[in-house]
Amino acid sequence: MAIVDVIMPQMGESIAEGTITKWYKKVGEKIGKDETLLEISTDKVDSEIPSPAAGIVAELLFPEQKTVDVHTIIARIQTDASIPVPAGERSPSPSTQDPKPKSISVPLPTPQQEVVHDVIQRESGRFYSPLVLNIARTEGISMSELEKISGTGANNRVSKKDILEYVQNRRSERTSAIPQGTKPGTPSGPVEVIKMDTMRKAIAEHMVRSVHISAHVGSVTEADVSKLVAFRERHKSNFEKKEGFKLTFTPFFIDVIVRSLKDFPLLNASVDGDSIILRKEINIGVAVALENGLIVPVVKHADSKNLPGIARAVNDLSNRARTKKLMPDEVQGGTFTITNPGIFGNLFGFPIINQPQVAILGVGAIKKRPVVIDDAIAIRSMVYISMSYDHRIIDGALGGKFLQRVVQYLENFDTNQAL
Amino acid sequence: MAVITYIEAISNGLWEEMERDSSVFLLGEDIGEYGGAFKATKGFLNHFGSDRVIDTVLAESAILGAATGAAIVGMKPVAEIQFADFVTSGFNQLVNNSATTHYRWNIPVPMVVRLPSGAGIHGGPFHSRNPEAWFFHQPGLKLVAPSTPYDAKGLIKAAIRDPNPVLYFEHKRLYRHIKGEVPEGDYTVEIGKGDIKREGNDISVVTYGATVHQALEAAELVEKEDGVSVEVLDLRSLMPLDKELILGSVRKTGKLLIAHEDNITGGIGGEIAALVAEFAFENLDAPIKRIGAIDTPTPYSPTLEEYFLPNKNKIVAALRELAAF
Repeated sequence: MAIVDVIMPQMGESIAEGTITKWYKKVGEKIGKDETLLEISTDKVDSEIPSPAAGIVAELLFPEQKTVDVHTIIARIQTDASIPVPAGERSPSPSTQDPKPKSISVPLPTPQQEVVHDVIQRESGRFYSPLVLNIARTEGISMSELEKISGTGANNRVSKKDILEYVQNRRSERTSAIPQGTKPGTPSGPVEVIKMDTMRKAIAEHMVRSVHISAHVGSVTEADVSKLVAFRERHKSNFEKKEGFKLTFTPFFIDVIVRSLKDFPLLNASVDGDSIILRKEINIGVAVALENGLIVPVVKHADSKNLPGIARAVNDLSNRARTKKLMPDEVQGGTFTITNPGIFGNLFGFPIINQPQVAILGVGAIKKRPVVIDDAIAIRSMVYISMSYDHRIIDGALGGKFLQRVVQYLENFDTNQAL
Repeated sequence: MAVITYIEAISNGLWEEMERDSSVFLLGEDIGEYGGAFKATKGFLNHFGSDRVIDTVLAESAILGAATGAAIVGMKPVAEIQFADFVTSGFNQLVNNSATTHYRWNIPVPMVVRLPSGAGIHGGPFHSRNPEAWFFHQPGLKLVAPSTPYDAKGLIKAAIRDPNPVLYFEHKRLYRHIKGEVPEGDYTVEIGKGDIKREGNDISVVTYGATVHQALEAAELVEKEDGVSVEVLDLRSLMPLDKELILGSVRKTGKLLIAHEDNITGGIGGEIAALVAEFAFENLDAPIKRIGAIDTPTPYSPTLEEYFLPNKNKIVAALRELAAF
């Protein structure tokens, strides 16, 4: 036996109260599910209200002609069911009668508008307009973040004003949270002021934001790539003849990274609030230095490409990066990034993670060095590899293991494979 | 700059074009001897002579057919339909001949049809119509609807110089009620270009004709009382529509109210709403609202006519609903 509440339903968005015009049942009478229990009158419609449950009318809380606020409990039904049905679930759908115009100044009644709202309701029950979702997407605000923004629009929806304010506050929080030391501004002494161009501004904003979002830690390792170097020596002129461009080391490193990511998928992920998003695709971003900046085109689905395929993609993307012919979707969607601090001869670097990824791997310069093998000194081609990763989800142990796997794949390179 | 009435601006524009180009001539009912039902062409017959100011028979089909024929042989007729409501008697001439001749024969039809239109003057169903929607739908016709004296003079000149048939909707309620600054001498308003009559950030009102003035009053009121910033876009040209201006405004504000005096169902507001929904969907922060006359013939009774027509209060109510969304 359970008691089911009957509430005054909200017959339309703007309706705040309803009047009980007639009770169809008395206390103690039986009533079936969906059988009319009462009739109400509101600003817009008069409507018969069905009972949410079958049973006996236990209480009628207000007399006829009484006006009560919507969602007020107006009656109680005693059912036979052991599990009570929450009254809130069973609100009747808005009547399809044409609402009566209140006064001359009200424009044409539009019942269609209410139907549209029902259809677009999200899981949480809050309506997000196309514009708000558009802004959320552009600003990288996830759905879960959006749900937390308080709304001042109709029915507490997040309006354009609300989301723009949120973005503004977020931005100023970030800039104010960044320790400035002294007030930013021109230092004393003679200076030359250069205005940043668009790319520089974008890089600056992204780097600062990334440092703020991720808990950057780094690990460094070294790998003996003598086999790789020998392999490349052997094949490079044939390759250049056949493909029309030079074979660099980058495709080899990408190939090894792809295999290592398959072994350690957490390095190929993103963080969204308190969720870890494991990315199913492996899209490797390749940092390319430009005249006055840098850009990171993405080799999409690197896991479905063989070495020559990766080499072609890298070559094509870097060329077009330098000639500014990249398409927007070629610099988006990366899941892991490789960068090359060694290109100018340096040993290793401390790269900044490319959001929304969680790791970035830097390859140093490949140099011949004396190393100890079996207690003897040998000259080997060695390379330092440094990886910055996000300690929110990748702990030192995992980062270290991943790097070691990369080293393994590099040092066990099969020099007999076909290119 | 002189301050003149809307109807004076139209007369001046006509006069100047007739002086400028001898192939321009006028035809219509009561336009010569009588000077026009609203006195728009008073004094023209005396000055330009009966070859260029022609009092026609009471037959819109003949007026529009003759104008079409004259335009085809290279003259520049400006036909007046005494009340826009009567244009239906010449509907066939306009939509089958004037509108399609260039498409069929590759010959320009440089005619203008002046259509005193609009309600609010207790004229009843046959003297109050806004018939633009029928012709909006006919490819081959241009449509303009000025709301101010400046636009009225500029657009009548542009219409006369346009090689296409141009329907010129002059709102009769504005004739002597609206005054404005108008430069002396020659200037045109480009057909196909709207005008932001009032800049704003929160809501766009797209409108034309007499409703522009109601929209401006409504915008003032909600700014003063509610702090809501409303942008009023005067279309000026109905065909071609200044789509870029409309979409640009909606992308800025995110909310759109379309208001016109024509009946709401099938009025051109629906086309504008569809355009915006298709091309600026992701910029919409609220459903698109429309205001138009209620779907009945124009009532004769003043109280009913007031209930029937859009007005400042209805626009204010719609703006407030949009602002609260």
